[in-house]
Amino acid sequence: METYLFYILAVVTVIGTILAITEKHPVHAIVHLVTSFFSLAAIFFLLAAPLIAMFEVIIYAGAVMVLFMFVIMMLDPGRTDQAGRPGLRQWLLPAILGVIILVSIGVLAAGYVTAPHTSSAITVREFAVTLFRKYGVAIEIISMQLLFAVVGALYLGRRRAP
Amino acid sequence: MSYDPIDITLIGAKIALVFFVILTLAAYLVFAERKVLAWIQDRKGPNRVGPFGLLQPLADLIKLLTKEDFRPIGADKWLFYLAPAMAAIPAIMIFAVIPFGAPLTVFGHSVELQISDLNVGLLLFLALSSIAVYGVALGGWASNSKYALLGSIRGLAQLISYELSMGLSLVPVVMLARSFRLSDIVAAQSGCWFIVYQPLAFIIFLISIAAECKRIPFDLPEAEGELVAGFHTEYSGMRFGLFFVGEYINIIVLGGLAATFFLGGWHGPWLPPVIWFSGKVLAFAFLFIWMRGTLPRLRYDQLMHFGWKILTPLALVNILVTGWWLVLRG
Repeated sequence: METYLFYILAVVTVIGTILAITEKHPVHAIVHLVTSFFSLAAIFFLLAAPLIAMFEVIIYAGAVMVLFMFVIMMLDPGRTDQAGRPGLRQWLLPAILGVIILVSIGVLAAGYVTAPHTSSAITVREFAVTLFRKYGVAIEIISMQLLFAVVGALYLGRRRAP
Repeated sequence: MSYDPIDITLIGAKIALVFFVILTLAAYLVFAERKVLAWIQDRKGPNRVGPFGLLQPLADLIKLLTKEDFRPIGADKWLFYLAPAMAAIPAIMIFAVIPFGAPLTVFGHSVELQISDLNVGLLLFLALSSIAVYGVALGGWASNSKYALLGSIRGLAQLISYELSMGLSLVPVVMLARSFRLSDIVAAQSGCWFIVYQPLAFIIFLISIAAECKRIPFDLPEAEGELVAGFHTEYSGMRFGLFFVGEYINIIVLGGLAATFFLGGWHGPWLPPVIWFSGKVLAFAFLFIWMRGTLPRLRYDQLMHFGWKILTPLALVNILVTGWWLVLRG
């Protein structure tokens, strides 16, 4: 049962992501990407990580994509059906990054160890203890960085004297 | 994982029951709203269809179903058709995690009166309510109309802003109950309701859910004086009906959540738990109708200032104070 569900969700995720990349209209691309995030969240849920599944939906589908949507609606993109395909210059960097990711997946897959099979879902407590005990310093650094970003955004968005 | 046929049947029965009750209740909430508003404004309200006008929701449904299904020229076909469903479905789905009664024992099976007791129930609520934004956004955008687009841009900004204060006002509840599981949150209130410890969080949550339902002091996305009908201007027939009913389903679900987080869920003396729960939900629904009958609409800048400069900082201070209090109490 879980295996069938996994394959269905995996197909939906991959198709959604491909459509999000190939779609020319930004709003349609967002809808495809949200679909893909949603089924990815369901896959996380099947992998006994409900907390990650919820964060996937709240942060990526619910916050990041909504902000994208907001910006696109504010700045009318105009006629997108006449937009051209990206040329070699635009493809070069993503292609290099893609090759790096594929190679690293290959390296990981060559010496892979099966993940310990967990039948019970990871509790919020375990997650929080790992996050704040083991990676506490990293969390603090990231939150400082976000604070700088907020201050920077406030500075850029302040009302200038005429 | 094993699948017991009796368990599956029970879950199916619970889902069917919840669907039926919520949809009927939403239809009658529309009727109740018209009656209560009429009473507040010293009129009679709908009283022609059936005894006391009680069959009015049925008449409205037939009217909506037989209307022309209209799509404006230049509208984005698929998104225009999808958007009403995207507004109504997340609202119904949230009800899956709300415990609406004490566990029962039927034929030797212990039945929880809750569809799914997830250990991240509260986060599922936040996730689905952030997804509900897409119905408003895509509905207005796909209509290819200026009023609808303005309405949905307003709606997007409002829903994002008030989701933040809503989420933050729930953090003290999680700190007190020490769990995201809704049945644990209800169990933690068996002695004393959280509204006693967290009156400020309750008020912030109440204001935020009023904004999330787009109800009157916060109904800027559909302000009829300025934007005709806001994001659903171009919709007709049952597609408009889905937006409309979605709003009332939202009221029921958010009222149920407010009762679960702050008013002890189904806990209460003497009466059976299900009655207590429905009573609390209906009390919230009445409060929302009452607010609509008495309050004027905010201006857009007032709405944004109130959300970001008053509610959010207050919710953050409330979290800090609750944290100190919990640490000092040990």
